[in-house]
Amino acid sequence: MRDRKDQNESGSGFSRRDFLKGSSAAAAATAMATSATESPAQQSQSQGNVASAEARDVTLSINGQQHTLSLEPRVTLLDALRNDLNLTGAKDVCDTTTCGACTVLIDGKATYACARFAVECEGAEIQTVESLRNGSEVDEVIEGFVEHDAMQCGFCTPGFVMATRAFLNENPNASLEDIQKGLGGNICRCGTYHGITQCALQIAQKGGACSWLNERLVGDLVAKTA
Amino acid sequence: MAERTIGWGPRSENRLIGSEVQRIDGVGKASGAAKYTADINTPGTLYAKLLTATIAAGKVTRLNVAPAEEMEGVHAVHVLNGEGAEIRYEGTLLAAVAAERPEIAEDAVRAIEVSYEPSEFFVDDDNLEAAEAAGRTKPQGENTQGDVEAALSAAKVVHKGYYGINTITHMCLEPHGSHCEFTGDEDLTVHLSTQNVSGTGGQFAGPLGIDESSVSIICNYIGGGFGSKFQAGEWGLACAQLAKKAGRPVRLMLDRSTELKIAGNRPSGFAEVTIAGDADGNITAWDSHHWGTSGINGSVVRLSLIPYVFEIENRNRKATGIVCNRGPNQAWRAPNHPQLSALTATAMDDLADKLGMDSYDLFKKNLDKTERPDVYAAEMEVGAKIIDWKAKWHPHGKGESRGGVKSGVGMALHTWGGRAHAAICQLKVHSDGTVESYGGSQDLGTGTKTIIAMTIAETFGIPMSKVKVHVGSNAYPKSGPSGGSTTVGGVSGPNRRASQEALWKIMDLVAAKYGVDADSVEAKDGYFRSGGKTICSWTQACRLIGPMPLEVQGTGPKDDGLTDQGVGGVQMADVSVDTETGIIRVNKFVCVQDCGLIIDLLTAKSQVLGGMIMGIAYALSEEQVMDNNTGRFINADLENYKLPRIGDVGELVAEMYQPDSEYDRGVIGLGEPPVISSGGALSNAVANAIGVRVPVLPMTPQRVLEALKGGQA
Amino acid sequence: MRSFEYARPQTEAEAVALLNDHDSETTVLAGGTDLMNLLRRDLVGPKRVVDIKQVESMRGIRPIDDGVLIGALATLEDVASNPLTADYRSLLDVVDGTRAIQIQANGTIGGDLCHLPNCWYFRNGYGLLGYDNGESLVQAGDNRYHAILGNAGPAKFVSASRFAPAMIAWGARVRVIGPEPDAEEYLPLEYFYITPRLSSQGVTVLKPGQMISHLWLPSAGRKRSATYEVLQMEGLDWPLASASVSVEMDGDIVRDASIVLGHVAPTPWLSREAAKQAVGRPLNERSASEIGDLAVATATPLSNNAYKVQLARTAVKRALLKAVDKLEGGL
Repeated sequence: MRDRKDQNESGSGFSRRDFLKGSSAAAAATAMATSATESPAQQSQSQGNVASAEARDVTLSINGQQHTLSLEPRVTLLDALRNDLNLTGAKDVCDTTTCGACTVLIDGKATYACARFAVECEGAEIQTVESLRNGSEVDEVIEGFVEHDAMQCGFCTPGFVMATRAFLNENPNASLEDIQKGLGGNICRCGTYHGITQCALQIAQKGGACSWLNERLVGDLVAKTA
Repeated sequence: MAERTIGWGPRSENRLIGSEVQRIDGVGKASGAAKYTADINTPGTLYAKLLTATIAAGKVTRLNVAPAEEMEGVHAVHVLNGEGAEIRYEGTLLAAVAAERPEIAEDAVRAIEVSYEPSEFFVDDDNLEAAEAAGRTKPQGENTQGDVEAALSAAKVVHKGYYGINTITHMCLEPHGSHCEFTGDEDLTVHLSTQNVSGTGGQFAGPLGIDESSVSIICNYIGGGFGSKFQAGEWGLACAQLAKKAGRPVRLMLDRSTELKIAGNRPSGFAEVTIAGDADGNITAWDSHHWGTSGINGSVVRLSLIPYVFEIENRNRKATGIVCNRGPNQAWRAPNHPQLSALTATAMDDLADKLGMDSYDLFKKNLDKTERPDVYAAEMEVGAKIIDWKAKWHPHGKGESRGGVKSGVGMALHTWGGRAHAAICQLKVHSDGTVESYGGSQDLGTGTKTIIAMTIAETFGIPMSKVKVHVGSNAYPKSGPSGGSTTVGGVSGPNRRASQEALWKIMDLVAAKYGVDADSVEAKDGYFRSGGKTICSWTQACRLIGPMPLEVQGTGPKDDGLTDQGVGGVQMADVSVDTETGIIRVNKFVCVQDCGLIIDLLTAKSQVLGGMIMGIAYALSEEQVMDNNTGRFINADLENYKLPRIGDVGELVAEMYQPDSEYDRGVIGLGEPPVISSGGALSNAVANAIGVRVPVLPMTPQRVLEALKGGQA
Repeated sequence: MRSFEYARPQTEAEAVALLNDHDSETTVLAGGTDLMNLLRRDLVGPKRVVDIKQVESMRGIRPIDDGVLIGALATLEDVASNPLTADYRSLLDVVDGTRAIQIQANGTIGGDLCHLPNCWYFRNGYGLLGYDNGESLVQAGDNRYHAILGNAGPAKFVSASRFAPAMIAWGARVRVIGPEPDAEEYLPLEYFYITPRLSSQGVTVLKPGQMISHLWLPSAGRKRSATYEVLQMEGLDWPLASASVSVEMDGDIVRDASIVLGHVAPTPWLSREAAKQAVGRPLNERSASEIGDLAVATATPLSNNAYKVQLARTAVKRALLKAVDKLEGGL
C-alpha cells in the first residue's frame, strides 16, 4: 500500500521511484497495489460495465437532441448517424480513419466519426454538419465555402466544413500556415483546397468570429460542461 | 433593335455570363443536405456487402453461399462469379449479400465458403522485357512519316531518354454504387452515382428482363466520377438483382479497397524517346516507343497523340500494350493526354537542356508545329509573367542551393476538344414569371445547374432566383453523358436556344398586347422595352402566357456559334526540391487556360484549380502499387495511396485567357484541359531545379534521390 | 467487422480485470485510429473491446517528482498544449507533424506507442511479418517503406510509433499494468519494443491482458531536443524516416546525447554509436552530417529501400541541428 502522502504529492498512486525500480524488460512485475483498491466486489462490478455483443439501447445526444437506438457495440458512430438517423452529412469514404469526410465534433473536438463506436459516444455531445444550418441561416463557414467555391462534387465538403469550423473555433486568428497544417486531416479529390484555404483565411482575418448558430452550440456545450 | 438570331449576346451587355456566380446548390452541398446515392435511405432499405477475389488470377473452385443465406437478417444473396468462374484480377466480385444491417451483411459475406485454384499472373507494367518473356505484350501499332534517320543524322543535337508515368485510379470519394428499389415486378428506381443519367437505364433493363421505360435513374448529386461512372456496372446490376430477390430496397456501395481495385484506373505509359533538334531549337525528328497497361485489356495510351501537341515532320512512333492482371481501366480526365503530354514535354525539355536553351524558348520556337500557335504564344507570355519565368529560370541544376534545397521552373502545353455533347432541354415559362428547365444531365461538380440557371436568367434578363433547374433524372429529356468536357457546352447551348425562342414568343405576346412592333421589343433587367420606353415587367409579360406554361424544347449541339471545340493551355510550375530528402514542394503553379466563352468565371476557375491539384497528385505522389509477389494492389487505401492535402499545393493561379476572339467562339468544355500538362510542367521544374531528370511520375522522394544518385555517378 | 462485447471501465483495476476475461482475447480501445482499421480489416478479432477512455487516472499530464507523468490517454493535443511538456520540443515536433486536428484531438500517446505497423503486407492480411507460404513477401516484394536497420530476422516492417523515438531519447519509462489484478511493471521505453520472430509475438513486450497506463519523462532540465520527420506529404501521412534527439550542451559542446531513429527498423532504433560520436563536439552542419552517417553505418537496406538510408541520415543530421536551433534549409 502506498502511503497517503505520496499519493497526494504525485496526484497518482506511484512516483518516479517506481519508474526507476524496474530497470529492464526482464524485470519481474513489482507487486504493488494501485490507487484503486482491488477486491472481489470490484471484479463483479466491472462485469456490470460490459455490454454484450448483442444490440442494446444506446442513447446519443446529437445536435442537442437525444436519440435512442438499438445498436450492437460494433456499430460505428458514422454508421449510426448515416444509417439509423439519416444524418448523412458525414460521409463514409476511406475506411481507414484518414480522409476526414466523416468529421463531426464530439464535445467540441473534431473527430472522425468512423473512428468511434456509437456506444463510446453515450454521454458526449455530438455535433454534425447538419447543426450548422437552420433553414436559410447558415454558419459562416458554410457561407465562406460557397463564396469561395470551395467545392466541386461536394462529397468531402461537409467533413471539411466541420474540420474548418472546429479548427477556427480553436484558432480564431489562424495564419495561412496554421490552416495548411491544421486541416491536413481531410482529403478532397476534385481539388478544392484553394477555395477552402481562402475561406478559412478570410474568416480568420475577421478573428474567426462564430456565427450565431455556432455560438449557440458552443454556448450549449459550455453550459453543459460547466 | 434585337435581331432574332440564336447566339450569345454582346460581351459588354452580359449581366451574369462571364462573372463570378456562386453555385446555386452550394449551401446544400456544404451543409450536408445534398443527398448523394450513398445517402439514400428509403424505408426498409437493406445494406449490401460484397465478397471479392483475393487472388490476381485463377479459378473459383468452390463458392458456397448457403451459410450466408441461412443467416438471420439476410434477405438475398446474389452470385456474380461462382464456381468455375475465371479470375483475372484481384477484387473481382464473387457474391453480394443484402441484409437488415451492414454488420449482418458483413457477417454473411464472411460466412461464404470460397476456394480458388490460383494461376500465373503478371502485373509488372513498366518492365517491357519481362512482359515480352511472359508473352504479355500486344502490339498497338507503329507509324512513320518523313525520314527520321536522315533527320537524326542531320540534327545538331540528339537526345535519348526514358520517361514514364504510373497507373493511377479515379479515387472517387463517393464510391461506385446504387440504391435500387422495385415497385411492383417491373418498375425499378435506381439512385445511381453516375455521369450518365440518360444512358444507364437500358443497361439495367436488359439483364433484368424489364423495359428500359420501367427503369428510373436518379442522380441528384454525384461524389466524383472523373470518367469512371458511365456504366451501371456489375455492382449496379448486382444491387438491382438483390432488390428484386429481397423485394426490398437495397443500397450497395463499393468499399474503398474494392473501389480502387475494380472501378477504374488510368493506364500507365513508359517510353523510350529519341528527339532531335537544330541549333535554333527546331525539333527535327521524333522517334518513340511507348508501352504500358490498361489492365487486363492490354491496351496502351493512344499512339496517334504522340508527340503531344507538336506535329513533328520526321516522326516514328510505336506502341505496345501489356496485358496485366489489374482491374480494367476507365476514361480518366482527358484520356491519353496527361500521359502523352508528360512523355513529350519532358523529352522536349531535356532537348532544350542539351541545346543549352531555355525550355520556354524551345517550346516557343516550335509553336508553329501546333494547331494554335498564337493562342499558345499569348498564353505562354501571360504565364511567364505570373510565374516570373525570366527571373527564375536558370540552366538545369545551376540555381543556388540553400541548405540542400534547390528551386526551378518548368512548363508544358496541352490541348483538348471539349465539344458539347448532344442534349435536349425542356423549358417551361410559367405565367407567374418563374422558369423551369428539365434535362437528363448531371452535375459532376462543374456547376451544371448553376450554368443552366445563369444561361436562362441572362437570356430573359431576370434574377436567377426565378429559375428552377431540374437535372439528374432519366425521366427528363435526354442528355449526353458528362465526360470529355462536354457538359457545360452540352447544357448551355440547348438552354440558350430554348430561352431565346421562348423570349421571342413572349415578345410577340407583349407586342400584340401593347401594340408595338415585335422586332422592337427588348428584354433587360426584368423589363420589356421598345424604342427606349418601358412597356411592362417580366412578370406582367408572363401573365400573357395563360394557364399552361410556355414550353420550348432546346437541342444541341448546332452550328450556330453557341459552342465550339478545341482549346490550348499552358502550365508553369515553380518548385523547390530538397536534395537531401527528395521531397518536392510546389511554390507556385500557374495555368493559363482558354475555353472560349466562360459562363461562370467562379466555377470555371475552380475547375482549373482542381485540375492542377489533380495534376500535382499524379506528378508527385499518387500511384497504384502492384505487388509482383501476390499480384495484389497493395496500397488500395487512402493511407498508402497518397493524395495531396491542403498544405501540398502551394500558391495556385488559374488565369483564364479570354480575349474577345475567344469569347466569340462560344462555349468550349473545360474539365479536362487543366489536368493534362501538370505532369510535364512539374517534372520539368524539378529537372530545372536539380539538374537531373526524375524520369517516372509520380516523383516520389525515392525516385528523386535515385535520380540524383544516378546523376552523380 | 466481427462482433464483440464492449466494456467501459472507470479504473485501471477494472480495466485490467476486463482485459483478462475470455483468455485475454480482448483489446484496448482509446482514440480508435488504429484499432478501428485493424477491426475493419479483420486483422484482430477480440471477444471484447475495453474502452479505457473513462479511466480518469490514465488521463492528462502532471508533474511527478522531478519529471512529468503522461497518462496513456493523454492526447496529442494535451501534449501540445500543456505547459509541463513545453520543454520537450521533440514531442511537440511530432504533434506538429501530424497535421490533422482530428488526430491531435483524439489520438492518444498510449495508442501511438502501441500502434501496429503500417506494413502493407500486414494490412493486407499476411500477418505481422508478411509471410506467405513460408516466404517473406517483404523480402521479395515491394519494400520501399520497410526496414533498413534491424531487419536481418523475419521482421522487416518498421515501427509505427511517432512518439517513441522522442520519448526514448528523453529516457522515458513506461508503466505497464496487468495481467494480474495488481501487477505492474516499470521499464525503460527502449525495452518496451521487441523485434518479433513470430507474428504472434507482437511488437511490444505487452502480454495478453497488459496495457500501458503511464509514461514518465525525466525533467527536461537544460536538455534540448528535436524530432525531424521526413514527411512526403504536408498532411496526415506516415514519416518515411525520422530521428529524435536529446542533447545536453556545455556551451557549444555536446556533453550528452541520445539519438533515436524512427520508421527505419522494427523497433525505434537507438543509435548509441552516433550519440557517442556526438559527445565532446560542437553541433554544426559537418559534425551533424558525420553523426548522421554513423547512425546509418550498419544499415542493410532491402531490395527497394536504399533511399531510406539517405533519409535516415538526413533526419539525424537535421534533428541535431534543429535541437540547437541551427537548422537551415530543408523542406
